Amino acid sequence: MTQIVPTPVASSWTTAVVREVERLGQDFVKLRLEVADRTPHVPGQHYVVRLRAPDGYTAQRSYSIASDPDDPLVELMVECLPRGEVSSFLHEVVEVGDVLEARGPIGRWFVWGGTTPALCVAGGSGVVPFVSMLRYARRTGTEPLLRIAASAQTRERLPYADELEAYGAFIALTRENHLQTDGSERVAAHIYPEEIVPLAEGIERAYVCGSVGFVSFVGRILGEAGVRSDTVRVEQFGPTS
Amino acid sequence: MPVTRGFTGRPRGGGNDRLPPGQHDTGAGWPTLTAELTPQIDVDEWTLTLDGLVEQPTTWDWRGIHALPADSYFGDIHCVTTWSKFDTTFSGVSVDSLLEVTGVKPEATHVFATSTTGYTTNLPLADITDGKAWIVWDFDGKPLTPEHGGPVRLLVPHLYFWKSAKWITRLELRDHDEQGFWERNGYHDRGDPWLEQRYQGDA
Ligand SMILES: Cc1cc2nc3c(=O)[nH]c(=O)nc-3n(C[C@H](O)[C@H](O)[C@H](O)COP(=O)(O)OP(=O)(O)OC[C@H]3O[C@@H](n4cnc5c(N)ncnc54)[C@H](O)[C@@H]3O)c2cc1C
Repeated sequence: MTQIVPTPVASSWTTAVVREVERLGQDFVKLRLEVADRTPHVPGQHYVVRLRAPDGYTAQRSYSIASDPDDPLVELMVECLPRGEVSSFLHEVVEVGDVLEARGPIGRWFVWGGTTPALCVAGGSGVVPFVSMLRYARRTGTEPLLRIAASAQTRERLPYADELEAYGAFIALTRENHLQTDGSERVAAHIYPEEIVPLAEGIERAYVCGSVGFVSFVGRILGEAGVRSDTVRVEQFGPTS
Repeated sequence: MPVTRGFTGRPRGGGNDRLPPGQHDTGAGWPTLTAELTPQIDVDEWTLTLDGLVEQPTTWDWRGIHALPADSYFGDIHCVTTWSKFDTTFSGVSVDSLLEVTGVKPEATHVFATSTTGYTTNLPLADITDGKAWIVWDFDGKPLTPEHGGPVRLLVPHLYFWKSAKWITRLELRDHDEQGFWERNGYHDRGDPWLEQRYQGDA
């Protein structure tokens, strides 16, 4: 396991002012934060957000960065989990002007510096770190190196679906048919190995982000598509079943 | 640091003194978090090597390690991603039993653990001796599943769980500290949950 991207990580807590809140249906909330004393990030890194109750109790959770490093604000996309302590607060309570504690960027492993031909495979909210990568690729003209495949139950449950499609990402929906960018209709199904093979051609690295079940499923189909398991980097979040 | 407007947190009935700061009880769940794909390891091919600053470097195979005195851990585990799991039972052997076989050279101060996948983690020697660490293969009386590090993982329950390397194959005693995988990637060198040592730079 080698490290090639020199990647900064922040070593202390700072504050983040919520500048924009966009609630996207029942499931997602997009937050745009102005982070004090900000350390620039590399696409794929995450922030830790800490909430503090009046009695001193704190809760902290990690959230991948969706924004380009050049963006003056840090963008997070949070999926609301039923009874989730931090995500429900961010989904239901947070307003523009609120101040949160934040720490980041964190993580030096699940990062893409724009130099390696790579395939990203996302399940649901696992797409967030890849949105930072695609925004970075678009700005720096490195799109030919970055391919993205995203899977979700429905289009509604895939954040950034429009942006992914505009980028030319492959999208697999498992519970509804989906009109592909080439005009053909894909029947609801999980990703097939045949769909991964062309995307995996010539890559040196694969990134997989999603729930535990999704990651192991994708691990299998990447293997079938001939991707060596030591080139695969994994980030897991979401339901652990 | 500021109080977060409108945040009260989950009800905390009387304060649970088993929960380190910033952790929550995951109940019956056992989340997994890995940086790599889960390897499938055949116990007939598995070995564990203990070497470096020991008198007698030793490699155990599956049968050999089972011949050591059985030992188990009953208690809580804590993951840096904020979940804790209470009353877990792991069975295997104590790291002390392995060190008894190999002996320890006086200059040894740290241990560097390596997995089949190339995953590594570093620990002070004092954190794996005197009944603080195990090599385990059973969880709740059943074989440890591959997602949780099966067939064999290191268990160091008093530290955050990334120190409990899954799919362990080698423990090397050294006279110096060197960061492992997550430590190089921004996580704390020691990782004591009670001191909330999550990331580099925490006290
Ligand atoms: C590196 C990394 C990056 C991440 N990036 C993102 C991201 O970009 N977007 C994103 O949305 N998430 C992301 N996550 C996940 C995120 O950190 C949180 O785990 C997630 O938001 C859930 O936190 P929570 O406090 O809302 O839920 P928690 O309170 O932690 O609960 C988790 C689940 O357990 C259930 N639960 C908890 N307590 C109880 C209880 N007492 N009774 C019954 N059920 C219970 C909840 O219903 C919920 O479904 C990331 C995680 C990591 C590690």
